[in-house]
Amino acid sequence: MTTTAVTSFNDQGFESFLESRNEPEWLVETRRTAWKQFNQLPWPSQRDEEWMRTDIRMFQLDKFAIPTGNPGNFEIGPGQLSHGVDVGGSSVALNGTPIHSQLDDALASKGVIFGSLAELAKQHPQIVRKFLLQKALSSDIDRFAALHAALWSSGTLLYVPRNVVVDKPLHSYNILGDGGVDFGHHLVILEEGAEATLLSESSSQSESATGLHCGGIELIVGDRANLRFVNLQDWSQKVWHFAHQKALVGRDANLQWTIGALGSRLAKVNQHVALVGERANCQVNGVMFTEGKQHLSYHTLQHHISPDCTSDFLYKSALQDQSRTVWRGMIKVDQPAQKTDGYQRNDNLLLSRTARADSIPGLEIEADDVRCTHGSTSGRVDEELIFYAQCRGYTRREAVRMIVAGFFQQVFDRITIERVRAALGASIARRVREYE
Amino acid sequence: MNDVLKITDLHVSVEGKPILKGVNLTIQKGETHALMGPNGSGKSTLGLVIMGHPKYEVTSGSIELNQIDILEMEADERARAGIFLAFQRPIAIPGVKMADFLRHATSNVRNPNRKEGEDLIAMKDFRKELKSKMGQLKMNTEFARRYVNDGFSGGEQKRAEILQLAMLGPKFAILDETDSGLDADAVKLASQSIAEIGREKMGLLIITHHDKLLESNPPEFAHVMLGGQIVETGGAELAEELYSNGYDRIRTKYPDASADNTAMEESETVGA
Repeated sequence: MTTTAVTSFNDQGFESFLESRNEPEWLVETRRTAWKQFNQLPWPSQRDEEWMRTDIRMFQLDKFAIPTGNPGNFEIGPGQLSHGVDVGGSSVALNGTPIHSQLDDALASKGVIFGSLAELAKQHPQIVRKFLLQKALSSDIDRFAALHAALWSSGTLLYVPRNVVVDKPLHSYNILGDGGVDFGHHLVILEEGAEATLLSESSSQSESATGLHCGGIELIVGDRANLRFVNLQDWSQKVWHFAHQKALVGRDANLQWTIGALGSRLAKVNQHVALVGERANCQVNGVMFTEGKQHLSYHTLQHHISPDCTSDFLYKSALQDQSRTVWRGMIKVDQPAQKTDGYQRNDNLLLSRTARADSIPGLEIEADDVRCTHGSTSGRVDEELIFYAQCRGYTRREAVRMIVAGFFQQVFDRITIERVRAALGASIARRVREYE
Repeated sequence: MNDVLKITDLHVSVEGKPILKGVNLTIQKGETHALMGPNGSGKSTLGLVIMGHPKYEVTSGSIELNQIDILEMEADERARAGIFLAFQRPIAIPGVKMADFLRHATSNVRNPNRKEGEDLIAMKDFRKELKSKMGQLKMNTEFARRYVNDGFSGGEQKRAEILQLAMLGPKFAILDETDSGLDADAVKLASQSIAEIGREKMGLLIITHHDKLLESNPPEFAHVMLGGQIVETGGAELAEELYSNGYDRIRTKYPDASADNTAMEESETVGA
């Protein structure tokens, strides 16, 4: 049995983290810059507009330690998204330490690069250096972004060269053990005309495992490229989850981005799609289920920078017990982005009297020839629906489960990957309890 | 033993206000009963109370199915015991396909002890049966893939209710204005379907304003409801009389019930 030296979040801890990694100078420099920013920036507070509804006073970074390259030792169950799927490659990390990566030879021979970002940053610096925290995200957004940029150790790189089609989905799997820390960074780069599907999921070793995730996702979708990206988080309800996620979508490119948010104690996520090329198209799907005392806060931005782009956004959440969700959405249309077609919708189904959903859509439009629509609904399950189903022999509980499944069907109908629909559907059905 | 649904001196209130004031009605297997009466008389309420709608409070009286009191049963237990209500206004369930909804319903009703999570009836057999029943009702198979009652026309909703009746095969069926919203051809089709399901196999309570459905399903008994009571019972000739002449004779003959009915009708209009 190995003992893990506890590495604290101070200068000494940061130095020993750097020492343990043996990374090229350019990368060490970006980490040092971010570490400096981390030490200068304050923690967000409820005085900040974005954090008004999200209380992190109970969050104590000191309870955790910087990942030192020891993944720990435990069994890895099968992934929910990869189950029964013929994947073209997979990448697994435990407690923020990459432990396994694989890519089909046929894909590698076409120039596809896939696997642990930390490994591949050393092998392909010309690619990683150009994109990592350069084009989409940056380390100075807030203190969490700086912490992430300084200390990321796991995560996946997917690079697909020009006009190469990856015909099998790729799978990235990140697991947290009790007290584990995951600062993973996913970097996806599709060159012009490339196509790929990446299924990324996170989970906890057990329902009682505490943990911290402070992550980043960057999706660079080149002109005419097609990306389907799924990220499902199903951590225990004792995991803190902070993330900045951003996609850049090029000319005539398509992005389908599906989020499944089921786990974590508290989540604060910024999801940002920038339509940078003309006629870029994105579809964002969100499926959330919360229970207990979970608090999930998602801040989304559909940023129309170029003309003739389409963004189509739908988040659906069902809330049980005393859980709470916050959705604050924005469609921002810059002055040159004429003929924008933007849509955002958020529906919330309250399964208890004590659950609460804050739903705040927003529009900020500077162009004059656009079509932007938004809507949000929050409500309880209609008793007349339950009665109708009961008249057909459904128990009350079966009726509620069916109604909840029906509620999510609209977003499932948009998700084009069968395994993803099945995994999300099963996870939700498992969670629905009595409805009073 | 012949199936019997027996309602005795049933009093029902909603939000403390009496709506049914002593209803007596016995239906045997194989019998068709017509329940007629002006708006506000309590016809639909009776249907919902037999089914167990939680909004209504039974203050006295009983409803027995084969001598077993069903008043303490939840609606789903009543459905599994063999009672069916075709809704006047069926409820839409967005996102749930008709076929999936019915497969689960059929599994529960045919196997009343089925627990959640246990096997549903075999997909192959179910599909075959559903297809054949839909064929009888001249329903497009595409219907099975649509969401339950979601965006259905009035006629489609009523036909979907008949389809559910056919699949669930209850001991007793209450059809609440199943003929309203249907054109003449559709009513004929619905009547034929009811005949094909087999009137002799179940007891039918047809709630209606009109006699369209009664034409091909001539009732053995016709009941007139007024002011929350059944004031008169007769045969098919009573149904015909009411259809031709309206309720003036009844209202004159039962002035107290008529006054109650007027009050209920007005409060319904105010409530709506």
